[in-house]
Amino acid sequence: MHIMEGYLPWQWCLVWFAIALPIVFFGINKITKIIRENPEQKMIVALSGAFIFLLSSLKLPSVTGSSSHPTGTGLSAVLYGVSCTAFLSTIVLVFQALLLAHGGITTLGANIFSMGIAGPAVAFVIWFALRRAKVSVPVSMFFAAMLADLVTYVVTALQLTAAFGGAAGYGTAFIDFMTIFAVTQVPLAIVEGAIFSMFAKYLADTRPQIFGLEPKYEGAASA
Amino acid sequence: MNISNRTYYMVGFTAIAAMVVVILAYGAYNGFEFAGADDQGGDAISEIDPSYEPWWDGIWGSYELPGETESMLFALQAAIGAIIIGYAIGYFHAVDKARKGKLPNRQ
Repeated sequence: MHIMEGYLPWQWCLVWFAIALPIVFFGINKITKIIRENPEQKMIVALSGAFIFLLSSLKLPSVTGSSSHPTGTGLSAVLYGVSCTAFLSTIVLVFQALLLAHGGITTLGANIFSMGIAGPAVAFVIWFALRRAKVSVPVSMFFAAMLADLVTYVVTALQLTAAFGGAAGYGTAFIDFMTIFAVTQVPLAIVEGAIFSMFAKYLADTRPQIFGLEPKYEGAASA
Repeated sequence: MNISNRTYYMVGFTAIAAMVVVILAYGAYNGFEFAGADDQGGDAISEIDPSYEPWWDGIWGSYELPGETESMLFALQAAIGAIIIGYAIGYFHAVDKARKGKLPNRQ
């Protein structure tokens, strides 16, 4: 989903920065507050961020013949919401833009928006809808993480269509970008959903209170 | 639905491994190169709007990171994530053990 350095007209860079930055700053505040008020949450925050680090570094092959990254934002999105995830994604995206020449500083705002805001927002909504419908934690997490991943790439395609559709027609441009980003991503999103589902099962069994569940046995009461 | 954790993880990891193998086999059959989707996105922009010129090369300029170094940095990023996840799992495990009084006493 990384839009490469220089590959977004500067007006669009500004637009995405203007939308993303306030949310990132809000996220910084929120995370600082969470850790200050509940120091025992530090481990879970680090864990959520670590998943973004780990999964977004893996370039996986896909059926379309290209490779792409999972996003790893599912856990953070369902536990801490959109703004915190936006902040954690920013750390990863800056790391990749500066050291890996992957993504870019000028396109950072757009990349934060797709990976840290749009995807996690959908994951957050789906998670609460499924949990409210009494769907189990691992299954809800599967769909939340899968959609966080997939929506990120759909939004990247939309961002590029908005910026470049004028030249060739928005319809063709959208289909082109969707083929490159979103279609490639479908199998990877399913893999990501499966990974998070397994981890959510582990957490639900050993630290159920993370998901607001009752501990099943004595001794699992706190993290 | 009461599947044991072990079964759940086994099915999950097997499914992921099988999927990657199937994708790679399909790729080998078709001669796919599995190039990065991000770069393809860049190429598509050039096709859709040939008049567009990338307006900044980034802090590294036109210098392209050697493939080895890039893999190293990606591995480093994965390692940072993995070590934190491993630490957390070990910590949870030890807390549970300590609570059940099963940790060995320090001499």
